[in-house]
Amino acid sequence: MESSQIIILAIVVTSLATFISRLMGAITSQKVSVESKVFNWFNCVAYSTLAALLGRMIIFPAGVLSESTLIIRILVVFICISIFIYTKKNLVLPTIISAIILSVLTSV
Amino acid sequence: MINSKVFFQGLKSLQGSRSPAIPLAACFIALGALLKDAGFNLQQSAASSLFTYALPGQLVMAESLLVGASILNIFIAVWLVNFRLYPMTVSLFPLLVHKSQPKWKYYLSCHFLAVSSWLIAKDSYKKIDKRNRIDFWIGVGVGTWSTAILMTIAGYLSAEYLNKDMMVGLAIVNPVYFFCMMIGAMKNISISIAVILGTILGPLIYLYSAEWSLLFAGLIAGTVAFLFGEKNGV
Repeated sequence: MESSQIIILAIVVTSLATFISRLMGAITSQKVSVESKVFNWFNCVAYSTLAALLGRMIIFPAGVLSESTLIIRILVVFICISIFIYTKKNLVLPTIISAIILSVLTSV
Repeated sequence: MINSKVFFQGLKSLQGSRSPAIPLAACFIALGALLKDAGFNLQQSAASSLFTYALPGQLVMAESLLVGASILNIFIAVWLVNFRLYPMTVSLFPLLVHKSQPKWKYYLSCHFLAVSSWLIAKDSYKKIDKRNRIDFWIGVGVGTWSTAILMTIAGYLSAEYLNKDMMVGLAIVNPVYFFCMMIGAMKNISISIAVILGTILGPLIYLYSAEWSLLFAGLIAGTVAFLFGEKNGV
C-alpha cells in the first residue's frame, strides 16, 4: 500500500475510534438523569481519567515534550498553577508563561 | 433551529482571561508541525483535526505511523487513549438535555467533545437557560473545533520556522492549561479526590501497562472518589 493511502486509512481509523466513544456517550446520556448516582459516578470517572492523562503527559510524555527533563516539567507545572491561583484563575497568563519558561529552561 | 444569541455566547467563550484559544493554538500548531514530520500533506493534516479533533489520539496515530504500527494497532491504541471521551460525554450531556430540543443536535454535536470544550461547558452551563444549553454547547464546540483545525494548518505551514525548543515550549501549554482548569473545578471533595488520585494513578499504572493505564486509573480513582462522596454525603 502507498504511504499516502496508509495515512488516509490511519486518519479514518483514528476518527472512527474517537467518534465511537463520543457517540456512545451521547446515546448513554439520553438515559442518565442528572440527579442519579450513575451520573455522579461518571462525573468522577471523567475527572479522574482526565487527571490520569495529564499526569501521564507530564511524567511520561510522548513526542517533543520528552526532550525536556522531568524535574523541569514538574517545576513549570507548579509555577503555572501558582500563577493561576494567584491571579484569581486567569488562564491566559500561566499558559503563555509555561511555554516561555520551558523553552528557555530546555535551551540552556 | 439554533438560538443564535446563545450560540454566539458559546462562541465568545474563546475570548477573555479564561479563553482556551491560546492553549488550543499552541498544541495544534505543534501537532501540525509533527504531522508534517510524519509525512502528512496539508490536506491530510487538516482532515485529521477536522475528523478526529482529539489531540492525544492524533499524537498516538502520528507516532504509531512513524514506528510502522499496523492499522488495527492504531485503532486499539487510539480507542484506549480516547475512551475518556465516553465518561466525559455522559457527565456533560445530561446537563444539556431539554425535551424541546431535537436529538440530532446531541448526536452531531458530540463530535465537539474534547477536554477544552468540556471544561468550558462544565464551568459555565449553569449561566445558561436549560432550554438553550445545547445551542451554547454547539457555539463552544464550533469555536474550539475551528480553532484546532486552523491552527493545525498554521502549524503545518510554519513547521520549518519552529525549532525544537519552541516545540517543547508549545507542548507544555496544553497540560498546564488543563491542570489549571481541573484545579479550578475542584469544588467538592469527590472531584478533588478524583483529580488528585487520577494524577497519581495514571503514571503509576503506566509503568505496568502503557495502553490500559488511563482506563484503569480513571475507573479506580473515579470509583474511589465516588464512594467517598457517597459515604460523606457530598
